[in-house]
Amino acid sequence: MKRITVRYFALFREQAGISEETLELDVETARDVFEQTRGRYGSSEPRGHCKVAINDELAQWSSPVRDGDTVLLFPPVAGG
Amino acid sequence: MLEITEQSIDPTALRESLADPGAGGLCVFEGWVRNRNEGQEVLRLEYEVYEPVAIAEGERVLDEARQRHPFISARCVHREGSLEIGDLAVWVGVAAEHRDEAFKACRYIIDEIKMRLPIWKKEHYVNGDSGWVNCERCAQHSGE
Repeated sequence: MKRITVRYFALFREQAGISEETLELDVETARDVFEQTRGRYGSSEPRGHCKVAINDELAQWSSPVRDGDTVLLFPPVAGG
Repeated sequence: MLEITEQSIDPTALRESLADPGAGGLCVFEGWVRNRNEGQEVLRLEYEVYEPVAIAEGERVLDEARQRHPFISARCVHREGSLEIGDLAVWVGVAAEHRDEAFKACRYIIDEIKMRLPIWKKEHYVNGDSGWVNCERCAQHSGE
């Protein structure tokens, strides 16, 4: 198990009702974090439409996560 | 240089900041808040930005644009917070020796910024609903 701080933004934050939480998760990659937390904010958003960052660096869904990491889950962006 | 601001964008000051005797032209894109989107009448909107990643990724976009379409200088400013109809939401300006690089770099910057930066837009509609743009569940979520 790894201790991961998960941060939610925009729609995800509203649906989760919190902006971040620290969880004990059995995860290897950013994808695992997304899939294991999606029930917490009730998202049906396809992963391919979303983005992820680890410790403030944009990452891939296949990027490994380590104990103590902060994983930022970004719903579909809409700048401009 | 990419900046995020909660203040109104001043296009005149930005334009002047790009003045350069070697530049043969300046290409500017201004994104404005529109009163309609996907059949809904928009009252106002809010931009949420995660600045640490937005700035870093925005600088990468500007570097890529410079490599692809060499220019003299470029700036991009994006608003965050609450905006009204007609407000300037994003400003991109590229000064280059010739117009071709200026047009192409400006287009590259605005297109990539829209796709890549962690910026979210929540629209508030005249009918009282609201929704996050580009989210699948917007229709279901609005009005909750």
